[in-house]
Amino acid sequence: MSLAEIIGLFLKASLLLAFIFIVVLILTLAERKALARIQQRKGPNRVGFKGILQPFADALKLLTKEDILPASANKRIFWVAPLAVFLPGFLIWVTIPLAKDVVLANLDMGLFYITAISVLSVMGLLMAGWGSANKWAMIGGLRAAGQLISYEIPFIMAILSIGILAQSFNLKEIVDDQARWPFAIKQPLGLFIFLTAGLAELGRTPFDIHHAESEVVGGPFVEYSGAHWSVFYLAEYMNTFTIAVLTVLLFLGGWQSPTLPFSGTVHTVASLSWFLIKTALVIWVIFWIRGTYPRLRIDQLMSFGWKILVPASFINIFLTASVLYYALPDWVITVVSFGFIGAIFYFIRRGSLAGNKQDTVKIIKTSDIRAQLSNGAEV
Amino acid sequence: MSVVFFAIAAILVISGGVGVVAARNIVYAALSLLIAMVGTAGIFLIGLAEFLALVQLLIYGGAVVIVILFSLMLTRIQEFEFLTANKHWPIALIVAMCLLGLLIISILIEDSTTTTMGSTNITELGLSLFKDWAIPFELASLVLLIALIGAVVVVRTDNEEDR
Repeated sequence: MSLAEIIGLFLKASLLLAFIFIVVLILTLAERKALARIQQRKGPNRVGFKGILQPFADALKLLTKEDILPASANKRIFWVAPLAVFLPGFLIWVTIPLAKDVVLANLDMGLFYITAISVLSVMGLLMAGWGSANKWAMIGGLRAAGQLISYEIPFIMAILSIGILAQSFNLKEIVDDQARWPFAIKQPLGLFIFLTAGLAELGRTPFDIHHAESEVVGGPFVEYSGAHWSVFYLAEYMNTFTIAVLTVLLFLGGWQSPTLPFSGTVHTVASLSWFLIKTALVIWVIFWIRGTYPRLRIDQLMSFGWKILVPASFINIFLTASVLYYALPDWVITVVSFGFIGAIFYFIRRGSLAGNKQDTVKIIKTSDIRAQLSNGAEV
Repeated sequence: MSVVFFAIAAILVISGGVGVVAARNIVYAALSLLIAMVGTAGIFLIGLAEFLALVQLLIYGGAVVIVILFSLMLTRIQEFEFLTANKHWPIALIVAMCLLGLLIISILIEDSTTTTMGSTNITELGLSLFKDWAIPFELASLVLLIALIGAVVVVRTDNEEDR
């Protein structure tokens, strides 16, 4: 490896970092706008035209804010923790292709690399929790570790079943394998497990119990402020983008399905746009889930992970492997998967009904009140 | 170039290893263990064993060190002071010397052959793991299962109030 190559790689990595920064800036604004839309508000609308410069104002505010080190905090671990959260998330991007040739390094074991690296970010959260010398941070860090370790199992299992289906761990080959049918159609159960476990890995609502404001204040991030907190924030949005991109690559056919008819540079641009449109849709679904679902309780979270997602992921992998081994047609996976998704929703519904009999709150509809009023009754 | 990378990885492994035994703070020791594990993964990577390097990161970096830290943080740290007192260093020294001797002997006996560079074929790996080495593989999983059941038995109490 010559010096020129190293400099070239360094430049490419910087370009990637800049790209991710821009995406994060867009995502923060998009999330606030999307949530505002869901909650029938206007959202940020003061800075720039319709609030379009809001992310820059936020970034400027965060960078100029004072960075506070708590007196009893463990200085080294406290300062290293944000980096330990951000770095694994960024390292994943080495092997993620955005279009056919837009990739830093196309690894043959790309998927396995992603699973191995993403696990390391738990360490950063634990370090942040312990280093802050704050009981809320400590509890939050432990919650994060417990949650992330639990949900890693279905997450990795869903990825593995895609590896089995595509017979490859190379992300490019996986995408090319979906030229006709995206894996979402072949493996809906896998998509469900991947997206749910992915949301839990991100720690986004409804799985944000480790930085739940009403329970543990800010979780591991409670003592952080200014630039160091913004690194956590950056990592969170970057990981959201990563999960959306991975969902598109593994289940929605990436830049394929359908195969775009162009060639050369036009093809690259067209496939990149097609890919980003799909990613934006997945991100919108993630924001939508955040806007509509309440937070889970910690015991509900754990029991959902271990009693529903883990068995479902094992069933998924077993199903995929046996269908491939006995050379059955692919639609068998689809049909059985939909059956299992139905079963999961049945269990969730039954479980949520068993817990409360719904007799504590009386639901009064406005139409009933109107009917009573028109009958002359006093309400 | 690979010499530079080897030097970096070796420094990581050695400093991490020294940190594990020398650190007075037990959380520092666990984090040093992580550094040593990452360095080991780097050495595997230089040896062109990509799969092994990633497994190293996934199992040791991701799971084992986190579980160690998790259990450290859930227990009262005062009870662990005897761990950093290094009372048992003579025994550790003897074991370490035996291990070092074993490694030196095995390096001296074995002819150092250089294998040609080739990418890890994950299909072949899977086939040999599940065909030639199927029984050891299943036995390894059985060991994990026993550990899991053992953990449940240890933790579980028959006292109704504790549940």
